[in-house]
Amino acid sequence: MTSDVIEAVPLYDSGLKRSKAIEEAVEAYRYRHLIFQLVRRDVLTRYKRSILGVAWTMLNPLGMMLVLTIAFSQLFGGTRAYPAYVLTGLVAWNFFAQTTTASMNQMVWGGGLLGKIYIPRTVFVLSSIGTGLVNLILSILPLIIVLLITGTPIRLTILFLPISILSLMAFSLGVGLLLSTWAIYFYDVTEMYQILLTAWMYLTPIIYPEEIVPEAVRTWLFTLNPMYHLVSIFRAPVYDGAFPDLRQLVGAVGLSVLVLAVGWILFARKSDEFAYRV
Amino acid sequence: MSNNAEDRWDGMDGAVIRLDSVSVRYRVPEERFGTFKEYIIRRIQGKVKDRDFWALHDVDLAVNEGEVFGVIGRNGAGKSTMLKVVSRVLRPTKGRVRVVGRVAPLLELGAAFHHELTGRENIFLNAALLGHTQRDVEQRFQDIVNFADISGFIDAPLRTYSTGMVARLGFSVATAWEPDILVLDEVLAVGDEAFQAKCYERINSFREDGATVLLVSHNARVVQNICQRVAWVDQGAIRAIGAPEEIVQMYREG
Repeated sequence: MTSDVIEAVPLYDSGLKRSKAIEEAVEAYRYRHLIFQLVRRDVLTRYKRSILGVAWTMLNPLGMMLVLTIAFSQLFGGTRAYPAYVLTGLVAWNFFAQTTTASMNQMVWGGGLLGKIYIPRTVFVLSSIGTGLVNLILSILPLIIVLLITGTPIRLTILFLPISILSLMAFSLGVGLLLSTWAIYFYDVTEMYQILLTAWMYLTPIIYPEEIVPEAVRTWLFTLNPMYHLVSIFRAPVYDGAFPDLRQLVGAVGLSVLVLAVGWILFARKSDEFAYRV
Repeated sequence: MSNNAEDRWDGMDGAVIRLDSVSVRYRVPEERFGTFKEYIIRRIQGKVKDRDFWALHDVDLAVNEGEVFGVIGRNGAGKSTMLKVVSRVLRPTKGRVRVVGRVAPLLELGAAFHHELTGRENIFLNAALLGHTQRDVEQRFQDIVNFADISGFIDAPLRTYSTGMVARLGFSVATAWEPDILVLDEVLAVGDEAFQAKCYERINSFREDGATVLLVSHNARVVQNICQRVAWVDQGAIRAIGAPEEIVQMYREG
């Protein structure tokens, strides 16, 4: 009669002194099937009524790339294989922008469930990352096609990509957790974040080559911008066919893990209040 | 882990649900701060004040294994809060809640359904929300569909379903696995009479198999008919616990 996920006789004790962050992690793992189902729901429902369906996930970044190439390739003509440059940046950036936005919206709008039945509170944020990962993986195929068309050789360094993606996931998850903790108390955060995202994107070399930014400004603009490093370690193995700079890699991974840890702990600490709020 | 579990059995005295001086406080803002700006301004002015509202106050309760336990009280007395504390939705502000066994909450059936997804997809999603795996669902799938009586519509999107069909599917998924503890809030206003009878039948069979039922209602007749013991909750505190006739009598007079 008992299911696989839930042990024979589950015991719930509200008075148990356990770290909330660890408890949340254990429960999220126990409900991994739910996370899978939520990802499935998001991927399926997004294009349910469209004819091309999931193909849009691949066409969307390609369309963006086309528009940006037409608009900016004259301006940034010096950049080698500009469409490939833009697309690699866009794929990484879109993952971050979409997952963090979705985390917040899912918590604010779907959070009503948290007041009705028990589910680990992180599932909505985790499933947003999962949906983003599906979209990212689907856009790798058009990315490879664009690389080939623009004459960018695909080197073995592309095998390094999973590490860049993992780092990007950790960072996005951490930011998503922090934002959704905040958004539960102030809905305004979701609106403010959209403006912030636009500004952040233009401060990150996605559509322009980093060389056009004066050397003096670069330190400030890029060094302190985590997304600059995350986009760089994503772009290097694909577009440059080279391993990322080691110092940059260590910095990016370290920061991602740190942001994830802080986000997870703060979220878990506040999570018992969510059911009172949403 | 098993040692730990043994320890937690201690002090339960045969109860499967145990509340020890449980209090739940809702913080109700004196004014609503819709926006961040408003909040910041008030915060600076020192005007952010929350009014405390104790939905439950120092509640002690023990529900024994296999018992059908009713909670009766007026609207806003704290009944639903009590269920939320037991089903782990709310962590109590003070006190301790212990529950032994798998809890199936029957609150707002089908609240998690998605209207663009088909009945089939919704079954998997809803079962996952209740903590079941894909394999669990595959095993029970046909039973769920049969009980809900929607076989012709299983691959149609939920938006094409009638309200009754949605409610039936919700109940069917929620009760497809026999729980140790069944939690019912204002029981079963779902479907037509024939389906309600089917629902009662299923709940009865859980009872016969030894499941514990915790039921909340403001309907004295329902409580009197099916419960073995009843608690009367008023203004967040338990006024009395005892035999159904006695407590219902007190509730009606008080």
